Amino acid sequence: MQEELATQRHTEQKLQLNKKKKKVTKDQWIALGFLAPSFILILIFVYGFIGWTGWVSLSNWNSLVQDMSFAGLKNYLFLFQDFRFQADLRNTIFFTILFIGLVIVMGLGLSILIDQKTRGESLFRNIFLFPMALSFVVTGVVWQWLLNPSTGFNYFLKVFGIQPKWYTDTNILAGFEWGNIEFGLPVAIIAVVIAAVWQMTGFSLAMYLAGLRGIPEELREAARMDGATEFQIYRKVILPMLMPITVSVVIIMAHISLKIFDLIYAMSGSGANFVTDVPGVYMFETTFQGQYYANGAAIAIIMLLLVAVFIVPYLITNRRSDS
Amino acid sequence: MKKLLGFFSLFAMVLVIAACSSSSSGEGGDNAESDGGDGSSESGGKVEIFSWWTGAGEEDGLLALLDLFKEKHPDIEIENAAVAGGAGTNAKAVLATRMQGDDPPSTFQVHGGAELNEGWVAAGKMEPLNDFFEEQGWMDKFPQDLIDLVSKDGDIYSVPVNIHRGNVIFYNKHVFEENGIEVPQTFDEFFAAADKLKEAGITPLALGDKEPWTATQIFENILLGVLGPEDYRGLWNGEVSFDDERVVEAAELFKKTLSYVNEDHASRNWQDAAQLVGNGEAAMNIMGDWAKGYFSNDLELETNVDFGYTTTPETDGEFMVITDTFGLPKGIKNPDDVKKFLSVLGSVEGQDAFNPLKGSIPARVDADPSKYDQYGKDTMEDFKEAKLTPSLAHGSAAAAGFLTKVNQAVNIFVTQLDVDKLIESLKQASSEL
Repeated sequence: MQEELATQRHTEQKLQLNKKKKKVTKDQWIALGFLAPSFILILIFVYGFIGWTGWVSLSNWNSLVQDMSFAGLKNYLFLFQDFRFQADLRNTIFFTILFIGLVIVMGLGLSILIDQKTRGESLFRNIFLFPMALSFVVTGVVWQWLLNPSTGFNYFLKVFGIQPKWYTDTNILAGFEWGNIEFGLPVAIIAVVIAAVWQMTGFSLAMYLAGLRGIPEELREAARMDGATEFQIYRKVILPMLMPITVSVVIIMAHISLKIFDLIYAMSGSGANFVTDVPGVYMFETTFQGQYYANGAAIAIIMLLLVAVFIVPYLITNRRSDS
Repeated sequence: MKKLLGFFSLFAMVLVIAACSSSSSGEGGDNAESDGGDGSSESGGKVEIFSWWTGAGEEDGLLALLDLFKEKHPDIEIENAAVAGGAGTNAKAVLATRMQGDDPPSTFQVHGGAELNEGWVAAGKMEPLNDFFEEQGWMDKFPQDLIDLVSKDGDIYSVPVNIHRGNVIFYNKHVFEENGIEVPQTFDEFFAAADKLKEAGITPLALGDKEPWTATQIFENILLGVLGPEDYRGLWNGEVSFDDERVVEAAELFKKTLSYVNEDHASRNWQDAAQLVGNGEAAMNIMGDWAKGYFSNDLELETNVDFGYTTTPETDGEFMVITDTFGLPKGIKNPDDVKKFLSVLGSVEGQDAFNPLKGSIPARVDADPSKYDQYGKDTMEDFKEAKLTPSLAHGSAAAAGFLTKVNQAVNIFVTQLDVDKLIESLKQASSEL
């Protein structure tokens, strides 16, 4: 009997919902009308041009004269045998690992410190957030000067007898021969990472701070009642709850680091022996200075695929949790 | 509520500021894009002049030229569309994008030689100017070698405004005197001087190869010194192969030369390197003679008192020529206005307004030497006698694609110092010549 009633109620609800749905369709049409122009524009100017770039990357267009004849994977094969591109991939791997790792560690650490209800909290928050207001180009120019081997910071270091070469260092740490290049951590990348981390730590700090504030005080209280130490509370309660934020930070930082161009172009350029070169810089130079349009398009497509490696799994898990 | 109101007013303010800044920058962009477009419908019209002359000296020269043009044709509006960046690295990229998009500037700076002929002319983007040259009576006013440099298949495509020399060593006179160093003429003398300077604790040769063309320029000068002008030219038309033993010898000399440069060369650009010579930290700088403009305009050094100059080793009587030229792109709407600008550019008056400030010498043979300093006079004299060779590093000798590959190979070489690898990369790249 009860079951019947329940199902009846359920169908009634459904009917009501359907009615409601019909009612909102007018609103939906309006919304669709507003969305359509940007949707169409994005379809053409984002996805259309991705397609065009992909098509160019399969062509022979490697001079000022447009030549769309089909070249197959020639441009891609060239890149993977190319010294410079192999160096770019190596640099991107190490840049991404160091950059994301440090942004998370620094952002989390600083946000936990700020969360201790310190005096002048907003002052600290602002100080750490300010670098984010600058563009990467400005950051690049500033750090180029600071870390130039003969200016800035190095006068101070000279007192201690240290004279690092920063982004002009051509050494590769723990290197071994791999393809045409020496695979290992290029020392010069560390200098670039410092600048990038300086710029982006504020972002992860803000994210983590918001996350920390979102954790109810009762949870900590309860843990304290159970006799947990502060360290245990962070390790067992708070950090797991911040996991979704960490995922967001990783996704956002990953696409920044895989596409990075302006910071490096302004700060170190491609560097001696291409120790600070990245696909973005190579793409720019090969396309617009060397006029190898097809090669440049191939680099762009590879960059897109690199970003997709990070973004697509995220989108899939997001969809799953939505439904 | 109050808070909300405050937030909204702040938001509105941000919007207004954003709108202002974007509309003002948009204006510049629109003008740049439509150049002659809406200008030509009005009387006079507008000429957009595209260059990479933004540094001290070069910018002064450009502005003097534009002033002269304004004086002669007050009805034509000028837009100075200069893009900053050493040796035009950024400007060339902007130009390529605009040309590909059928949105050429009214006229643009381009180096005579391959950059013009194998680039824009080959792509069918330039109008021939033969009739214009005849009309202006210029055929015997520019040296024939120079006209050849801006011609393809018998058609002339641009007007040279200046001549720069690429094979010059600038040296700090005080440093040379204090250390008792003779001005080197041969490779042996050069290395002997460098050794002596090194012992005295002075960097013998200043280099700033953050942009690798500066290193490429040293290499091309060594190539010229070893091969001589005929065979150096032969490299670009396939008569001399890149695995020729003299090219290998040049690479070895290049390697040796690199052992005398400042340690932080990778973080410097060419001005930073020239500055080392200016303030006596380094003794010599191999650079085109725009460095002369930098020495006298920016560092306020006196020619032949503070700094001296000589040709790079074993290139006496040879002239690595770099010429800036302006042509007439196809598809612009007011070619007559642009031709008026080109006629000022190619006149004696125009060249003498521009070049003394820029630090270059006039491309015309009948310009007034008294307007130039001692360096200019000497170079004008040399220009008439010397054998002219096109510069690779500045795009005159070979097409941009080849140059990009050479710059990459040189960048790798500066660190790895692997002669075999350099020769191999050059040979590979040369298949595209």
